Amino acid sequence: MSHHIVEVKDLAYTYPGGTRALRGVSFRIVHGESVGIVGANGAGKSTLLRHLNGTVEPAQGSVRVGDFPITRKTLHQVRRTVGMVFQDPDDQLFMPTVYEDVAFGPLNLGLPTAEIENRVMQSLDTVGAAHLRDRPPYRLSGGEKRAVAIATVLSMTPDILVLDEPTSNLDPKARRQLIELLRSFRHTKIIASHDLDMILDLCERTIVIHEGRITADGPTARIFNDQNLLAESHLEKPLRMQACPICGPR
Amino acid sequence: MHMADALISPAVGATMWAAAGGLIVYSAHRLKAELDERKVPLMGVLGAFVFAAQMINFTIPATGSSGHIGGGIILSILLGPDAALITIASILTVQALFFADGGLLALGCNIINIGFFPCFVAYPLIFRKIVDDRLTRGRILAGSVASVVVGLQLGALAVVLETVGSGISELPFKAFVLLMQPIHLAIGCVEGLITSAVVSFVWKARPEILEMATLAGPGTGRSTKKFLASLAAVTILLAGFLSWFASSRPDGLEWSIERAAGKSELAEAPHGLAAALGRVQNMTAFLPDYDFRQSQKPAGRGVAAAAPAAAPAVNVGTSVAGLVGTALTLGLVALVSVILKTRTQDRAARQNPFARS
Amino acid sequence: MSKIESALFDLSGLDALALQQSPIHRLDPRAKVLTALAFAITVVSFGKYDLTGPLPLLAYPVVLIVLGDLPPGYLLGKLIIASPFALVVGVFNPLLDRAALTQLGPLNVSGGWISFGSILLRFGLTLLAALILIATTGFNAVCLALTRLRVPRVLTVQLMLLYRYIFVLTGEGARMVRAWSLRAVSERRMPSRIFSSLAGQLLLRALDRAQRIHMAMLSRGFEGEIRPIRPLRLGAADAAFALAWTGFFVLVRFYNIPRLLGRLVTGIAQ
Ligand SMILES: Nc1ncnc2c1ncn2[C@@H]1O[C@H](COP(=O)(O)OP(=O)(O)OP(=O)(O)O)[C@@H](O)[C@H]1O
Ligand SMILES: [Mg+2]
Repeated sequence: MSHHIVEVKDLAYTYPGGTRALRGVSFRIVHGESVGIVGANGAGKSTLLRHLNGTVEPAQGSVRVGDFPITRKTLHQVRRTVGMVFQDPDDQLFMPTVYEDVAFGPLNLGLPTAEIENRVMQSLDTVGAAHLRDRPPYRLSGGEKRAVAIATVLSMTPDILVLDEPTSNLDPKARRQLIELLRSFRHTKIIASHDLDMILDLCERTIVIHEGRITADGPTARIFNDQNLLAESHLEKPLRMQACPICGPR
Repeated sequence: MHMADALISPAVGATMWAAAGGLIVYSAHRLKAELDERKVPLMGVLGAFVFAAQMINFTIPATGSSGHIGGGIILSILLGPDAALITIASILTVQALFFADGGLLALGCNIINIGFFPCFVAYPLIFRKIVDDRLTRGRILAGSVASVVVGLQLGALAVVLETVGSGISELPFKAFVLLMQPIHLAIGCVEGLITSAVVSFVWKARPEILEMATLAGPGTGRSTKKFLASLAAVTILLAGFLSWFASSRPDGLEWSIERAAGKSELAEAPHGLAAALGRVQNMTAFLPDYDFRQSQKPAGRGVAAAAPAAAPAVNVGTSVAGLVGTALTLGLVALVSVILKTRTQDRAARQNPFARS
Repeated sequence: MSKIESALFDLSGLDALALQQSPIHRLDPRAKVLTALAFAITVVSFGKYDLTGPLPLLAYPVVLIVLGDLPPGYLLGKLIIASPFALVVGVFNPLLDRAALTQLGPLNVSGGWISFGSILLRFGLTLLAALILIATTGFNAVCLALTRLRVPRVLTVQLMLLYRYIFVLTGEGARMVRAWSLRAVSERRMPSRIFSSLAGQLLLRALDRAQRIHMAMLSRGFEGEIRPIRPLRLGAADAAFALAWTGFFVLVRFYNIPRLLGRLVTGIAQ
């Protein structure tokens, strides 16, 4: 199943304004892995993720998804393989109703109407949002928006899921539901987040990014125990792994 | 300044709709040929930006009154004239439908007044000429103010022409022009300064955006010139047609309806009751200060046909009948609404006995 | 500030009415769009001294409000705050056109007053028709109808995206204005210098957002075209609705019904 491999080699990217967001990033993710990408604000996580389905063209280095390097010719295939959930659901939900939003991808794939209907309802069911199908996105709560945003990607039946800050703006219950949902997926998962507890729950491997470079890549538990590394990357140990300051001394 | 349904005649409304429709089809065609799909979300979001920015009031220096931002030039700078026109058209449609700004028939007028003049005249002929691919603060300032002012002046003049051409308002052309142009000169200066400040802000913060937009956007190339020339020709034709229409047919549609029906409205009169009433009417029709409006205008076929419809005959009999008829009509409408209301409530109650207590 | 939020509230309030269920709401949006247009054309086609002729047209908004179960007070309230340009211009009519045109008892009524009344009536009727169209159909369905009526797709897609992002951007704008007003307690309105940097910020954010939306579109196979999916079916009820109203409009246009009624009644009284 080599086509679920994601391989990034010496990737660098500078925004038109001159910000050097990535300065030589390399890693390889194999089929079925769940990988967390952590780093401070502005470390370059979102920029890195944008390269994984070719929405941004690398200035230097290459990205390989499965058997293809990402080029103009393979872009179409790559985007069917890699499903990307963006940081702000308002960017992802641009259609007038939830139904049309989830149908947007399958429509672009040129599927027959019955198949589209099928996929839309299945994806909405998976994320528990079937009852929202006729609602306009601006009248959804933060958690509902997130669920629907994930459904819009699931309807494309991707093999690899890439999620940018999936738990931001969620209340504890919605967050927990989302974590359980993500856990149930058999896809290869790449999750960028500041929510280290969630990464700890979902990802056996973690990559730490600091100022556009990878500062660590390894088992999540080991990385989150490395006090110095976390501090250098402007991060903190997940709460769960800290001694409880309130109940601890008792 | 949004042109309003209440002020336009069908002839003017339809003409401007046709013009706006043609313009939109033309712009849509050029956009499609351009094949820049980045513009699809960009237009929508920038339209929403203009919409949002227009709702924020700010103080005009030295006057204390409030103004808002003019969208046409900013949008043209960032999107090019074709996409800017489509975006303005969509903003105006939302305003017409949700805020009752203007109305459905005046939409054509508004797209021309608020969209066409800034995007297709002021931007290519003034802003681009002044800024000319070399961005500096001074050029942005001069270009923005000049193009916003000119765009607004043309738009205001168009409002005057459309209003006077429609003949619903009594404001004479000269007075209206003298009222509108200076006001819009002041508004234009403020909007121009604000536009320049916003554009400079973006330019300083992210120069690449502006450089890319102004350099890449379709400029004053030959196709634009050709387009403007053909447009001028169409405008002259339209203006000629409209002025002929307005002068010889005080009310265009009225006239054409009567021609189509083959009779004027008074043809209903000479039967029994109505004929008797008509005689009473003729006897009492003279009032000392009565001045039949249309008699001032040169007599013509259209005038004769339109006069009876335009001016209900003056007498006590008709005005009593008119009042009674008005009351009856309103009563009937009210009655229908009450009947419908009770029926729908009955039905709702039958379908769902718990819905209404 | 409050203006921004009330405008947002207005937008979603009117559109929310479209979620109701009623015989009018269930009609095909195309039928309602075309009927509203026919109505507006009929209203403005009356001569400016004809105040009684268009009166029966009131039946259209009234019937739709009742059958569509719309709140009349809310709609009328929106009319009152609507753009007053027509009224400002219309107010000159009584001043400029003083020739007496008709008599009400001892009172001479000048043409100017009549045409001003006619402007008021046109204003009310046409704008009410637009508001009712949205309240019974919903903006997105109107867009869909326009697409099917062969309005260029570029425009209808823009309408849809504009409407979607108005909520996001006015929300952002309102938050920025609130942040400013919390710090500038003494100033009631924003100085233009602050406004331009605030608008600039908002514009930068809008540009970034457009870029992100574009990426989100690309990620789901976007190639330049947004296709509508909802099917529309034009049934007998829709055709009947459009034809019956258009017939009524034509009738009202060619026969001055109030005058005929009045003559009939006063004639009988004699
Ligand atoms: N569209 C853009 N244009 C210019 N610079 C950008 C753009 N997007 C991001 N940057 C810059 O690139 C750098 C990396 O940004 P990126 O969004 O990848 O960070 P991030 O790790 O996702 O941060 P966060 O945790 O805040 O989401 C930042 O310095 C940012 O300012
Ligand atoms: Mg990010």
